[in-house]
Amino acid sequence: MESIELLSPAALREHPGLAVVAAIGLLLCVDLLAKLAGLQVGPLGGSLSVARLGSNLWNGLVIGLVIGLAGIGLSMTYSILNFANFSHGDLVSTGAFTGWGVAFVVAAAGSQPLGALVTVRDAGDVTPGAIGAHVLSTPGAIVVGLLAAFAITAVVSLAIDRAFYKPMRDRGGIALLITSVGVALVVRYLIQFAYGADRRGITASVDGDTLATPLGVSVTAHQLTIAVAAIGLMVAMHYTLQRTKLGTAMRAMADNKDLALITGIPAERVVAATWILGGGLAGASGYLYVLLRGTIQFDFGWSLLLLIFAAVILGGIGSIYGAIAGGLVIGLVFTTSTVWISSDFNAAAAFAVMILVLLLRPEGLFGGVSTA
Amino acid sequence: MSDATAPDDTMVDREPDSALAAVLAAAKRSDLGLVVLTLGLIYLGATLLTFTDGLNSVVGLLRTLTFLGLVYALSTLALNLHWGYTGLFNIGVAGFMAIGVYTMGIVVRSPDPAFGPPGFGLPLPVGIVAGMAMASLFGLIAALPALRLRADYFAIVTLGLSEIIRLTLQSSTFDTALRETLGVGTGGGRGMGMPQNPVRGLFLVDGRAGDPTALGAAVFGTLGEGGLGISNNILIGWGYILVLAVFVVAFYVLLERLGRSPFGRTLKAIREDELVADSLGKNVDLIKIKVFMIGCALMGLAGILWFGSQGNVSPSPQFEPILTFYIFVAVIIGGSGSNTGSVLGGIVFAAVLFEGPRRVGAVLRDTIDAPTPPTFGDAVAAADPVGLLAYATDNIAPLQFVLLGLVLIFIMHRRPDGLLGDRIETAAAVDLTRREGGERDE
Repeated sequence: MESIELLSPAALREHPGLAVVAAIGLLLCVDLLAKLAGLQVGPLGGSLSVARLGSNLWNGLVIGLVIGLAGIGLSMTYSILNFANFSHGDLVSTGAFTGWGVAFVVAAAGSQPLGALVTVRDAGDVTPGAIGAHVLSTPGAIVVGLLAAFAITAVVSLAIDRAFYKPMRDRGGIALLITSVGVALVVRYLIQFAYGADRRGITASVDGDTLATPLGVSVTAHQLTIAVAAIGLMVAMHYTLQRTKLGTAMRAMADNKDLALITGIPAERVVAATWILGGGLAGASGYLYVLLRGTIQFDFGWSLLLLIFAAVILGGIGSIYGAIAGGLVIGLVFTTSTVWISSDFNAAAAFAVMILVLLLRPEGLFGGVSTA
Repeated sequence: MSDATAPDDTMVDREPDSALAAVLAAAKRSDLGLVVLTLGLIYLGATLLTFTDGLNSVVGLLRTLTFLGLVYALSTLALNLHWGYTGLFNIGVAGFMAIGVYTMGIVVRSPDPAFGPPGFGLPLPVGIVAGMAMASLFGLIAALPALRLRADYFAIVTLGLSEIIRLTLQSSTFDTALRETLGVGTGGGRGMGMPQNPVRGLFLVDGRAGDPTALGAAVFGTLGEGGLGISNNILIGWGYILVLAVFVVAFYVLLERLGRSPFGRTLKAIREDELVADSLGKNVDLIKIKVFMIGCALMGLAGILWFGSQGNVSPSPQFEPILTFYIFVAVIIGGSGSNTGSVLGGIVFAAVLFEGPRRVGAVLRDTIDAPTPPTFGDAVAAADPVGLLAYATDNIAPLQFVLLGLVLIFIMHRRPDGLLGDRIETAAAVDLTRREGGERDE
C-alpha cells in the first residue's frame, strides 16, 4: 500500500512538505482526542461532545458520498477526454431541476397544477408541504425522480458533447477547458431562464423523519436514502467498469488512448458512454444533494464544482475509487473542520486541502491509479 | 472547421474587396485607429439606442460603456501578461483584485469612521501602492509552489485561492480577528465603503454635491445642469474616465515595452516551449514568478481603479469567480498575446456582451405591448409567442450569459486566436513566417 509507505521516515525526509502536513494532522488528532476526553493541555484540548463529533462525521459522510458520486463523472471525463470540465457543476444542477420536476409530477400530479410541479415551484403558488415530496410519504416519486435525473442529465450531457465538444476532439485540454466554461454559462443560465433565480424549498417535512439516534447522532430518512442510493450507484458503476466489455474499453481509453485505439476500441462509443455514465451520475448526485439540503437554486451546482474538483484531485484524477474516497475526505473536512475553525471557513478549508494535495502530491492521495 | 483554421484566413494579407473592408484593413494596421473605430461603432449603436431619451441619457450610457470598457481593458491587459505572454493559466484574477481593493480600503479608511470598519487612515497613494504590493505578495505566495504544476492544475489552484480569499474577506470571524489584532476591519459580508474618488474632489469641494470648485463650476455651467443639461454625476464620471484612459495607455506602454524587452522574449519562449527555454539556460521558475507578481500587482491596481472608485465593495457578488471568467472571455475575444487585442477585447466585451444585451432587451421590451408572464412556465403554458418574447426581453440577464457562453464556445471552435490573435508576437525578434512574393501556403 502506497498510502502506508507515504508515512515511512524515508518518504518524509524526501518530502519535507508532507512531513509538515503529517505533523499538523497528528497534532489535530491529538487535539481532537483531548477535546473528546475533556482535557485541556496548554493550547490543545477543550471540550467536544461525542454527539457533536458524531453528527459532524455522519453529515460529512453523507455530503462526501454525494460529492464523490458527482466526482466520478468529472474524473471519467478528465481521464478519458483529457480536460477539466468546468460545466460539470451545471450538469449537477440540470439533474436536480429536471429530476425534481419529475418527482413532483409523480408525487402530486392529481392534486396540484402541473405547471408548478414541472417548473419545480417556479410557476404558480404551491408550497412544498402541499406537494408533500418526502421519502417516507412518497417513496415512489423520490425513486422515479432519481432515475429521471440520471436519464435526463445523461441525454443532456450527450447532446452537449455532440454539439460543443465533438468538433474539437483533437484540440488540447486548455481549449476544451475554456469551451467548457462557455458550456457552463449556457447551461446554468438556461436553467435560470427556465426555472427562475430564487432559492426555494423542495422537500416536505414529515413526522418521524429522524429514524434513529445512535450515540446522540440523528439519522434522518433522507440521509439514509442518500447513503443507500449513492453507494448503490457507486457499486453499479464499479461492476460496469470492471465486468462489462464497455467498462474495460473505458478503462483502456483512460489508461492509454493510443494503445486503445490501435486495439480497435470504438473511441466515439466509449466517449458517448463516458458522457452517459458521468453525466447521469452528476445529475443523480445533484438530485440527491437537493434531497439532503431541502432547497434548490439555479447555481448550486456551480458553487459545488470546486468541492467536486477538490475530491477528484484528492483521489487522483482518473480513478473513480479515488474520486469516491476524495469526496468522503472533502465531506469530512467540510463538516469536521468546524471543530477548530469558524464555519465561515469550512469551504475554504476544503479548498486548502485540495491546494495542499496538488502541491505536495499532484498524483493524488492514492497514487494516480487510472480508473482501476 | 478546417477552412476557418487555415493560415490564409488572416485578414491582414488579403486584398480588400470593398471600401468598407479597405477602411477596416487600414484601421487594423493602426492600433489606435482600430480602438477609436471600435469605440466609434459602439458609441453610434448606443446613441441610436437612446437618442429619443435626450442628451443626458445618451451621455450617461456612453459613460457607462466607456467606464466598463476601460476597466475591462485594464484587467484584460494584466491577464494578458500572464496568459497571453507567458501562458500562465491564472483563473484567480478576482481574488487578486479583491486583495488590491481591500488592502487599499484598509490602508486609506479613517481609523474612526462614522460607519463601516476602521482603517489606518493613510493617504490614498500609499493605499494604492500597498494594494498593488499586497496583490503582488499574494501572487508570490501562489506562484512559488504552483508554477511547477500542469496548466490545468495551476488553473484550479488559482481558482481555489481566489475563493479562499473571497470567503476569508466575507467572514465575520476574520473581520473580528483583524479588528482585535490590528484595529482595522474588512466589514465581512456587508463590505467596505471606499475612500472618496479624488476626481470627485476636483469638481466638488470635499465631494459635497452642490458645492462646486472653480473647475466644477466651469464644467457644470457649460455642459452640466447650467448648460447642455447633462447631470453633474455623469460629468464627474467622464472626468474619471480620462484618468482611466491614462492608466490604460500606461498599462499598454508598460506591457508593450516589457513584451519587446529581452525579458519579454523569454516570456514568449516559455509560453511556446518551456523545456526549450529551460534548456537554453533561462531560469524559467524565477521569470515565471517575476511575471506572475507583476501581473498580480497590475490586477490589484485594475481592481482599485475599478471597484475602488465605486463607493462600496463586498466580497460577494463583486469578487466571485464569474468576474475572472468575464476577463478571460475579454482576453480570448481580443486574442491572447496581443495588447491591442486585449484593449479591444475589453471594450468589445463590456459594450457588446456585458452592457449591450440588457440595454437592447430593455428597448425591445418597451416596444412589446403585452404584460410579462411572471415565470417561464406561465409563458410557455400560455402558448403565446408575444408573451414568451415579453418574458425573454424582461429576463434578458440570463439570456445574456447564455449568449456570452455561446460566443466563448464559438470563438474556441472557429477563431481560437481571437479578433487580433493573428498578431500574436512570437518569441523570435524577427518574423520567421515571412515569405517572398506573398505566395499562399496551401
